Amino acid sequence: MTVVNRMIAGLGLGVTMTMGAIAVPAFAADDTIKVGVLHSLSGTMAISETTLKDTMLFLIDEQNKKGGLLGKQLEAVVVDPASDWPLFAEKARELIAVDGVAAVFGCWTSSSRKSVLPVFKELNSILFYPVQYEGEESEKNVIYTGAAPNQQAIPAVDYLMSEEGGSVKRWVLEATDYVYPRTTNKILEQYLLDKGVAAEDIKINYTPFGFADWQTEVAAIKEFGSAGKKTAVVSTINGDANTPFYKELANQGVSAEDIPVVAFSVGEEELAGLDTTNLVGHLAAWNYFQSVDTPENAAFIGAWHTYIGNDTRTTNDPMEAAYLGFNLWVAAVEKAGTTDTDAVLKAIVGLSVPNLTGGTATVLPNHHLTKPVLIGEIQADGQFEIVKQTVEVPGDAWSDVLPEDKGIEADWTDPLTGCGHLDTATKTCGAAPAS
Amino acid sequence: MITQLILRALDKKAVWLVAVLAVIAIGVPMLNLGLPADHPLHIPNYAVPLFGKYLNYAMLALALDLVWGYCGILSLGHAAFFALGAYAMGMYLMRQIGARGVYANPTLPDFMVFLNYKELPWFWNGFDMWWFAFAMVLIVPGLLAFVFGFLAFRSRVTGVYLSIITQAMTYALLLAFFRNDLGFGGNNGLTDFKDILGVNVQAATTRAALFAASAFALALAVLVCSAIVNSKLGKVMVAVRDAESRTRFLGYRVDNVKLFAFVVSAVLAGIAGALYAPQVGIINPSEFEPGNSIEVVIWTAVGGRGTIVGPIIGAIVVNLTKSIFTSGSSYVAAGVVILIFSAIVAVASGWTKGLIVIAASVAIPVLYGLYQLILYGNFKLPALSDVWLYALGGLFIFTTLFLPKGIVGLIAQWRTMTTKREQHDRNATSPVDVEAGVDPEPNPAE
Amino acid sequence: MTNRILRLIAVLFALALSPLPALAQGTDFTAMVQALGQGGFPDREAAMNALVATGDERVPPILQAMSDGTLFVRKSDQRVLFAAKSGSEFKLTDPVDSSNAGTATSKDIEKVKVNNGLRGKIRTAIGTMTLLSPDRASRLSAAQSILKNADPAMLPLLDSALAAETDPAIKSTMDLARAVIVLKSDATLDDKRAAVDTIAAHGDLDAQTVLVNALAAAPDELKPTIQTGIDAIGRNLQIWQVAQNLLYGVSLSSVLLLAAIGLSITFGVMGIINMAHGEMVMLGAYTTFVVQELIRNFAPGLMDYSLAFAVPAAFLFTALVGIAIERGIIRWLYGRPLETLLATWGLSLALQQMVRTLFGPTNQMVSPPSWMTGAFDVGGLSITWNRLWIVVFAIAVFVILQLVLNRTALGLQMRAVTQNRRMASSMGIRTPFVDAMTFGLGSGIAGMAGVALSQIDNVSPNLGQGYIIDSFMVVVFGGVGNLWGTLIGALMLGVGNKLLEPQFGAVLGKIIILVLIILFIQWRPRGLFALKGRSIEQ
Repeated sequence: MTVVNRMIAGLGLGVTMTMGAIAVPAFAADDTIKVGVLHSLSGTMAISETTLKDTMLFLIDEQNKKGGLLGKQLEAVVVDPASDWPLFAEKARELIAVDGVAAVFGCWTSSSRKSVLPVFKELNSILFYPVQYEGEESEKNVIYTGAAPNQQAIPAVDYLMSEEGGSVKRWVLEATDYVYPRTTNKILEQYLLDKGVAAEDIKINYTPFGFADWQTEVAAIKEFGSAGKKTAVVSTINGDANTPFYKELANQGVSAEDIPVVAFSVGEEELAGLDTTNLVGHLAAWNYFQSVDTPENAAFIGAWHTYIGNDTRTTNDPMEAAYLGFNLWVAAVEKAGTTDTDAVLKAIVGLSVPNLTGGTATVLPNHHLTKPVLIGEIQADGQFEIVKQTVEVPGDAWSDVLPEDKGIEADWTDPLTGCGHLDTATKTCGAAPAS
Repeated sequence: MITQLILRALDKKAVWLVAVLAVIAIGVPMLNLGLPADHPLHIPNYAVPLFGKYLNYAMLALALDLVWGYCGILSLGHAAFFALGAYAMGMYLMRQIGARGVYANPTLPDFMVFLNYKELPWFWNGFDMWWFAFAMVLIVPGLLAFVFGFLAFRSRVTGVYLSIITQAMTYALLLAFFRNDLGFGGNNGLTDFKDILGVNVQAATTRAALFAASAFALALAVLVCSAIVNSKLGKVMVAVRDAESRTRFLGYRVDNVKLFAFVVSAVLAGIAGALYAPQVGIINPSEFEPGNSIEVVIWTAVGGRGTIVGPIIGAIVVNLTKSIFTSGSSYVAAGVVILIFSAIVAVASGWTKGLIVIAASVAIPVLYGLYQLILYGNFKLPALSDVWLYALGGLFIFTTLFLPKGIVGLIAQWRTMTTKREQHDRNATSPVDVEAGVDPEPNPAE
Repeated sequence: MTNRILRLIAVLFALALSPLPALAQGTDFTAMVQALGQGGFPDREAAMNALVATGDERVPPILQAMSDGTLFVRKSDQRVLFAAKSGSEFKLTDPVDSSNAGTATSKDIEKVKVNNGLRGKIRTAIGTMTLLSPDRASRLSAAQSILKNADPAMLPLLDSALAAETDPAIKSTMDLARAVIVLKSDATLDDKRAAVDTIAAHGDLDAQTVLVNALAAAPDELKPTIQTGIDAIGRNLQIWQVAQNLLYGVSLSSVLLLAAIGLSITFGVMGIINMAHGEMVMLGAYTTFVVQELIRNFAPGLMDYSLAFAVPAAFLFTALVGIAIERGIIRWLYGRPLETLLATWGLSLALQQMVRTLFGPTNQMVSPPSWMTGAFDVGGLSITWNRLWIVVFAIAVFVILQLVLNRTALGLQMRAVTQNRRMASSMGIRTPFVDAMTFGLGSGIAGMAGVALSQIDNVSPNLGQGYIIDSFMVVVFGGVGNLWGTLIGALMLGVGNKLLEPQFGAVLGKIIILVLIILFIQWRPRGLFALKGRSIEQ
């Protein structure tokens, strides 16, 4: 018996030692700069995030063709956090501490960002986060290259309220129950009330993740829309649940001319799985559409199709955000002459790079970007037709619509003394410095 | 009485295991803190919470093994107890943040400020005191297990029915905790912890201490489980597993035996969860996902159920494999893992089966490459992230097919092999294999 | 003959409607068409109105093309043309004289943009011009568009159309539209009261909308009448609402039944906990996708019948996969039922990844056939065609399965092996063959469920994961090994869920159902329809 136990113990110790040996930081030779790619390639979020992984590999490949960065080649380190939030934290730590990456591009859901945030703060690295999100956050170690609520939700609502958008008077906020819709709806509700919409003309409904049976909800929308005022639906429904929602809309005959649905999480990629013939005219608000008619975009799409070897692959807004994030990082590293985190963070504020819609994206002191807002209508071919485009709007981390956030700003002009929650009235930083 | 129990628990197996764990508990923090970073034996900072996490998973698997391997109750909801323990700890950690949150509210955590809570929900009271929170780590999972088990075992819900309702339980909790209205932070859960017991939760020393605590907690769990299974009660548990009705007819209170095992197991799972939360830095509802509970069952099966050491090995091996295969470039490590596994299969079940494993491991990347060749005209081997689910899936399939008693079973098999080679065919069913559930081969004599 | 006169009247009214002064007939029609391609949305609207004012027969197809997004402007000469995509090129046709205008690539031409507002106005305009069309469908949509944009100026036209109309459905819509217009016009109070009654008699949501709209603007004398009408419709709708919720429940139940019934065979009859069952459903959905792709490329005319090909294809494919799984893995695990859970869980991970490798991680598009789109009304119930067909399909699958199990030799052998394997074996039944066939049957049915689910859910690698837990609940709730139990289980869970949903919301409703299942199992530890007999005890 003791022999067995000794063997077991030996095995256990052996495995631990092997792991230690394997995990010894295998820092690359000095001739490459490593870049971390932290996107789920399996599990529920793979459907959205895999494309961003491909985008990052494409961008890095392009940069290397141009001669790399600071005279060195870039090397992508791809890990798979498998749609598992604690695994995101583990993989982020591995990328920074074991692989020694200079910056990480990744995350999709707010939960995954919240999960890795303490790791980035502790190990002082940079995360480029390419997805539209709920705002109410500004961190030293994160550059938010997607839209803040004021760059997506509010302009979309403004459009629908305008005569051009149909003078909507009555609103259904249809949402998946998690933080992004909760926050967006909180801001939108306040905004609508401020604009004089009566409380009984706003209906908010939450459904769980991956919700598949939308019969009751769509019928309720129809009923709410039958009260005689022009009604629109603002949808913050999350990825998976969208297809069954739109299929039900089409079947119950909710047409865009009667009750338009404007979505913030439905892009070209999501529509690729849908027959959009009966959905023509429903809307989406983003900072980029594949149908944008600019030379930059045509070049980007062409290069992407060549790289991926498939000229029917779509492009979408988070891809543009990844593109902006990567180019901004490259520009900041070149300006700073080093990949050192604090130097890059100092260099990046105020930097501008051209975006794909014919303007420029500038990093603001609150680590958000300036982005134009585009409203598009779904077409029968699965693309969007742009019906409205604004000038670049600066991203606002702390929404001015909410009373408790009035006068709150974030300023990371100097990464060492900056503050993510600065009360401009009292000049105090919300959170006391960490002990 | 109690000393007697402990003494009986300290059989040679358990002594060895506890000793190993004690060495790890002290050794790893020493190698981490005591040695300079460039020393070859230095354990890097990032590895400490990672290994700590494995130990928490091992404790969870051990807890499950107590009810499944020894008492025949297949719980498909054990991750729920783990997550409840983690949430209790998370609530304590949230209260410790105090006014250092983004909104600088002295009592309300950030997410509550944001969701317009005016005051703390009643069930958050008391969690600012460590002793209360630590008590809740034990009480909440224990109480849930007691109520659930009391109802289920009294009604004689057994087999797959029990498995499915435990799954329903964790699924219902998953949905409930996802709700922002419940007051536990919804989908994002609880995160951004600062202090535990007055020290910074992110400091290397705290990490090392948490690791040591995890190892000692696991050692304690080994002692408890060992004491239980070696006691007379443990023998009754095994009897319940192998022939529940007969045990009942012999006059044992089967319901009470099961309830006891279930509650102890849930409390152990809760403690594991409580140690897990500060080490990974976040606790959110995805921990309740039914898939997580199934994975715990798989760790236990891979390691070898019905043994004390099996689930521990299983949890560590599977999670280590997962870590290696999901990381970017550990090709060598992945190859080593596959070779070790093939060797184990070869030793346990014969060379042909070992070769099947190797063949499958080679075939998948080659097929992937051929597919790329057809699609894009260039042969490209897959990245690890493209194939790790095949590897994990294959590990589960091959383990059930070729290592029916898990990794630990291999050693017993090895010993008998020297005398007589055990034939492995479908008719060979040992008593261990009889378990609660639907038996497709009912005894014709009945 | 009369039609021509009526059409003339229609044109005259359209002229009167137009905000622009009517352009003389002699003005170049082509120039007016070209104007559609210039300027912003307001300019386009003006150009459209001018075109409508001509009353020309060529206008409705042009407007329709504009609404459908097939009207383009050629960049080189700014000509407005029809463009039909063929391959990578567009075939161009002149809208004025239908002459061929050559081909172009997507770079040479630009779409004439429309937005929702403009699309609505186009619809009305086409409605005005096609109210007297000989085609039933265009008359119906014309009547509906008039109803939506009730304009008092339309009244004479509508009256003449009503006189000529013979189709009852269109007539009823026109009646409603007429009543709505009367309500808006300066007709006498009595006429208006009659109109309110007509509208209230319709009793549906649209009628309620109309009355609510009218209430605010109505003169005080009329308000009580309208309010009574609204209340009557409201009461009517409330009763229908309950029926509607039941219907939703039945529809959800049919989905649950389809997903669970295959599991009920492999799990209930064979005792295999098949965690890869959801992946069989997913493979069925992908088979539908592949079948549709093949038809799209080789026989586009058969697109409407694609599901008829997909159902047997999905059944055969998933049945074969199922048989391969049984022969390769599961047959080694008989006697160890819980271990099938581990092996099939591993299998489900591998299958998901395999589909991800082959098809990519994103959703694939499965188009609904035309006979499965849209909805129809029965009384106050709105029934969507796809849900109805899924219910029919689920019932058909259930009936056929019962017949197979009870009326065929294979079914007899399956039941024999289930009840007593050794005895069956000694009677000469090839039990391994029956095992393989049973597992194949269960998997094949899962594949057919996938065809149905592809119509309402994502076709993605994760499709199966969403249904596996619910399927297990249904089987266990109904009682393992009993198809009727599965049917009743699916009905109770589906209907229960949909009845709770309006009160408690989707999330809480589902939690309540789960808690109820847990409590129900305490009461009946072996499900709703427990198999009697000792063989089930351990």
